[in-house]
Amino acid sequence: MSGVASGPILQLRQIEKRFGDFTAVTGVDLDIAEGEFFTLVGPSGSGKTTMIRMLVGMERPTGGDILLRGQRINEMPANKRPTCMVFQSLALFPHKSVGENIDFPLKIAGVDPAKRRARVEELLSQLRLPLSYYEKAVQQCSGGEQQRIALARALAFDPEILFFDEPLSALDFRLRKTLEKELKDIHRETGKTFVYITHSLEEAMVMSDRIGIMQEGRIVQVGSPSEIYNEPSNKFVAQFMGEVNTLEVETAGAARVRNLADGREYQVDQDLDGFDRGFLIIRPEVVKIGPSAEALANRIEGTLYNDYALGSRVQYQVRIEDVGVHWLVERLQDEPFESVPGASVVIGWRPEDGILVRD
Amino acid sequence: MANNPAGPPRRTRLGEWLRQPGVLVALPTTLFLLVGFAGPLVIVVVYSFMPPRTFSMFQAPTLANFVSVVTDSYYISFFWSFALATVTVGLLLLVCYPIAYGMAKLFGKWANLVTVLIALPLLISENIRLFGWVLILLKNGILDGSLQVVFGLSIPSLLYTVPAIVLGLVYVYLPFMLFPLVIGLSMVPHSLKEAASDLGASRLQIFREVELPLAMPGILIGSMLTFILSLGSLAESKILGGQAVVMIADDIESAFTFAQNWPKGSVLSVMLIAFSGALVFFLFRRIDLDRIIGRR
Repeated sequence: MSGVASGPILQLRQIEKRFGDFTAVTGVDLDIAEGEFFTLVGPSGSGKTTMIRMLVGMERPTGGDILLRGQRINEMPANKRPTCMVFQSLALFPHKSVGENIDFPLKIAGVDPAKRRARVEELLSQLRLPLSYYEKAVQQCSGGEQQRIALARALAFDPEILFFDEPLSALDFRLRKTLEKELKDIHRETGKTFVYITHSLEEAMVMSDRIGIMQEGRIVQVGSPSEIYNEPSNKFVAQFMGEVNTLEVETAGAARVRNLADGREYQVDQDLDGFDRGFLIIRPEVVKIGPSAEALANRIEGTLYNDYALGSRVQYQVRIEDVGVHWLVERLQDEPFESVPGASVVIGWRPEDGILVRD
Repeated sequence: MANNPAGPPRRTRLGEWLRQPGVLVALPTTLFLLVGFAGPLVIVVVYSFMPPRTFSMFQAPTLANFVSVVTDSYYISFFWSFALATVTVGLLLLVCYPIAYGMAKLFGKWANLVTVLIALPLLISENIRLFGWVLILLKNGILDGSLQVVFGLSIPSLLYTVPAIVLGLVYVYLPFMLFPLVIGLSMVPHSLKEAASDLGASRLQIFREVELPLAMPGILIGSMLTFILSLGSLAESKILGGQAVVMIADDIESAFTFAQNWPKGSVLSVMLIAFSGALVFFLFRRIDLDRIIGRR
């Protein structure tokens, strides 16, 4: 698994949550290690919000066990758990100032007022907020500042595990990128266990030690960012990262598969023992186009349909005329492929760049 | 115009102001309010400075009426009105808060039915509803009679007592407390209470730190409405209270009608209006509603 050495702080055993006839989460087994940054990724409706609400104590699982350091905490209410969540809406108290918001968990815990003030000021500076913000109304703060206030308030609680329910989803791209990195810094500085949920695998890749992918109430793969990227366990995980070329294939001899759509055969660099049917995934960035494709084992001829500038890269759409399928090819911008739409082109990829999955 | 050497005809500022469309549109309503609302108030104030028992508004002003409020023990009626209004507001808060919480957070689609059930009696005259309570509380009335038949025990008449007046006040003014409370409580986002709980707060702490301050606009408006309505109430003390206590509105009515002492009635009215006005003014100055609900 990952490089985190310490034992699990949180263990989930066959977690299930039903709402009437609807099953939101089912059969989830997961160990989260002390001090790691774990991210649950899934599209909306995949059950990740229900998962996190069970982990913080706002929902009770209808089956299975949640163990915190080996202790079963299924029925423990949120206010008794040593964990804390940063809400998607942030849930800052509008009738309290920035300082009073951060102070809230300290006040509730009955900490000595003088120590409270010092701790709040320490957190303000840790989160790069000016000390003068203590008296400021939270509504007067910008979106990024409100994020930091919510994080400071959660840190003031001094939780053993800090949960995040997509807190960055409402922010613009640049601010989100900045805060993702700040969050990773805070994780390193505090050494706490962070459990984050998001619908963006890209966001998860930037921050996480390990990622769990959720699909229809189940966790379909757990692994490091590079494992998720290089060895997706199924088509859903592979396609979740971004646009990919997907072929439905069957075994056609040793290290060969046949495309069910058009009968073309391709080499794969994988043991096909027990593989009958499945999908061959080829990411656009591993597909070569033009002269560099001509020497490759797997080649197809097609027509250049269109090209799109993606900033650092250029994406080409190549149409395979007999089946009417469009392939995606990407190249770095500084090594462009000179051609015009309508021209015949060859595309190809190395057998080891294709990813075979069963479902 | 530039080519007119004499310049535009000079208009007075008042003339220009009067020609604005907004002013013209507001004029009929303004006149109506001046004649129908402000005028009578001015007349009452003027009468309060007239010598006792006069019907003329043009005598030399005097403070005799204000002195008589103290010498003739009218402060007792003021005391009763304030005391009963305070008790009524307190009881209404206790009774309405749970109902309002249910309507705002728990009843869902049934909240509309509860709203209708509570609002429906408002269509019936207040006096008729109070006479209904007379029949219930009367010696050998509905309550006493039922207890006698079912349990064989007789209770003393509850009618014409101070608790009966309070019951009437609470009953009649309940909607005026309930609906502002519903609005106040529905302004408390559920996620804030979840967040407070997540940060370790108990139910009581959530109530004190989050729910109460955020619902405060509704609580204040409901309390203010019912306090001022109770302060000027008349029917409850007359119908359910009999001679138990005299409230200030009762005194005002007698002064204008039975005693034919318009200056005395006016001075009591002016004092009641001044008290209520000062209270509203003070509360809304002290408590910044925008700040409470987080608009600022």
